[in-house]
Amino acid sequence: MGTRIMSYAEAVADALKIEMRRDPRVYIAGEDVGRFGGSFGVTGYGVFAEFGPERVRDTPISETAIVGHAVGAAAAGLRPAIEILFMDFLLIAMDELCNQAAKVHYLFGGQLKCPLVLRTAVGAGMGTAAHHSQSLEAMLCHTAGLITIAPATPYDVKGLLSSAIRDDNPVVFLEHKMLYAQKGEVPEGEYLIPIGRADIKREGSDVTLVCWSGMVRQCLAAAEDLEKEGISAEVLDLRTLIPLDKEAILESVAKTHRLAIVHEACLTGGFGGEIASIVADKGFDLLDAPIKRVAGPDTPVPFSPVLEAEFIVKADKIAAAVRELLG
Amino acid sequence: MAVGRAVDRETLLALYRTMVRIRTFEETAHKEFLKGEMPGFLHLYSGEEAIAVGVMSVLEPDDYLSTHHRGHGHLIAKGGDTKRMFAELLGKADGFCKGKGGSMHIADISLGVLGANGIVGACVHIATGAAFACQYQKNGKIAVAFLGDASTNRGTFHEALNLASIWELPVVYVVENNHYGVANPQSEHMRIKDIADRAAGYGFPGVVVDGNDVIAVREAAAEAVDRARGGGGPTLMECKTWRHWGHFIGDAATYRDPVEHEAWLKRDPLILCAEALRSREWATEEDLEKIQAEADVEMVAALEFAKKSPYPSKDELLTDVYVD
Ligand SMILES: Cc1ncc(C[n+]2csc(CCOP(=O)(O)OP(=O)(O)O)c2C)c(N)n1
Ligand SMILES: [Mg+2]
Repeated sequence: MGTRIMSYAEAVADALKIEMRRDPRVYIAGEDVGRFGGSFGVTGYGVFAEFGPERVRDTPISETAIVGHAVGAAAAGLRPAIEILFMDFLLIAMDELCNQAAKVHYLFGGQLKCPLVLRTAVGAGMGTAAHHSQSLEAMLCHTAGLITIAPATPYDVKGLLSSAIRDDNPVVFLEHKMLYAQKGEVPEGEYLIPIGRADIKREGSDVTLVCWSGMVRQCLAAAEDLEKEGISAEVLDLRTLIPLDKEAILESVAKTHRLAIVHEACLTGGFGGEIASIVADKGFDLLDAPIKRVAGPDTPVPFSPVLEAEFIVKADKIAAAVRELLG
Repeated sequence: MAVGRAVDRETLLALYRTMVRIRTFEETAHKEFLKGEMPGFLHLYSGEEAIAVGVMSVLEPDDYLSTHHRGHGHLIAKGGDTKRMFAELLGKADGFCKGKGGSMHIADISLGVLGANGIVGACVHIATGAAFACQYQKNGKIAVAFLGDASTNRGTFHEALNLASIWELPVVYVVENNHYGVANPQSEHMRIKDIADRAAGYGFPGVVVDGNDVIAVREAAAEAVDRARGGGGPTLMECKTWRHWGHFIGDAATYRDPVEHEAWLKRDPLILCAEALRSREWATEEDLEKIQAEADVEMVAALEFAKKSPYPSKDELLTDVYVD
């Protein structure tokens, strides 16, 4: 299978096209995903051109209807791949997602499946302030029944989206908006990356940096800086948050004996706390130092460029935390 | 302002002046944005000025309003200081929100402006709640929501209207129907032509207004505002209009029919208002030019002020999360 350099956005589109060709039950619905090509341009990479308005459906500004109808459609035999433009708007449809999609399989004793994928853009960095910048993955992880995926590279985003669409569970698929333009080598045909498997993005021996989504790049940059100081950092990209690859985390900590968990979302109640707690419980003896969390402050995302830059966790902050761990 | 809504020379000149100020503010912001000096999204109000200006001209200074992502015009029409508005758009410390909100959250609470909003449709409930507070406190104030055509497809719109109806709240819903939600034309996002019809489902009046004719907007708003203040409950005012630019700067709006676009540009609310002034012989060309020149001077100075304003200190990141 040949490979091609493509952007993260193109890789998302590639997976959508492959899955829609393979399975006529897969359709897309969302705001301006049709002729306009999506506000982040994803369906503009040939998805609408190939499948047209029947399978790439523009919706009104009705987040409740976008998520709600998908639950019913999935229950009645379709495989919706819906889009909520910004994750912030997903809060409008939390009943449909968390009370309905996430629970129907359990509630009906396993009789009903809800195979939907909800793609949405997360994260800060565009100067779009508090209603267009949030990372709310912890809310999803706290809802049993949902799968939450947050890929960081074009390769991962394509393989994981294909797997997500083929999975019979409701999946929330988080695409970081600052990654859409990032390019990388991606196989041209179909391939699957298993859900629930973390990936070592850089090997190291002194400290483990657990991260996902937009923070993978920052951790790689921090690892590079640290290397110059003789510190070897392992960057473990979780890729999937639920189901969580606990073994990969513990294996890495067994090697490095130090752990920093890095996420863009606010510190308090963030998913980093869950990971720290698992390692404290199952890996206490592996640790040579306390577990560090490097995360966003407990504030909304501010608009002003100076404040937004302060909000977003960057490589320097990660490196500083690592130095503290080793100090 | 229950009486004296007849449009006399002074009033119409004042309406025109505010519309010109809004247009000039937006054009100034547009240029700055294209230079790369403004972060985020900028949704321009150009072409829709008659709505904010006509409605605000019959509100009392302490009436409330809540608006959406296209909210610069509403703030200016309510009396917002353009210096502090530009400062907010640049994320500076002198901005109304200390730079924390930006264009999509611009607000001067002291003027009763309960904010622009990044969530489409959110303003509908906020104005409804403010109207309830006015009714509850019997303070004689009312609230107005400014919202887009496409936002009326959200459930929140329908729930708010129903609540306002059964509680007979002093609220006016002003739909700025520019016929698109981003690239999605009205004909594809709803099956009705007049959004005003939606009021019938909630048992209160809905009216269709020429949103580019400031006098027509003012007259319709006067009736709705009087109804609200007099205990007659809500009104849905649908103002038909057109945005001159794309959804935000960067959207070339290629999805619109150029012929239709040209036709609407000929009905530019500023052109229509200038014609109304001329035909009544209430203004000469020089008068009109002077108004534009004054707006130009104001915006140059306002932008200058904003550029000189410092950025907020980094400590501001952590303030205002909770009330101390
Ligand atoms: C709940 C929600 N959904 C989607 C968006 C993205 N969005 C911002 S403006 C807009 C279109 C709004 O159209 P309309 O209400 O007609 O107002 P207009 O922009 O035309 O003034 C959309 C879809 C949003 N900000 N909030
Ligand atoms: Mg509109």
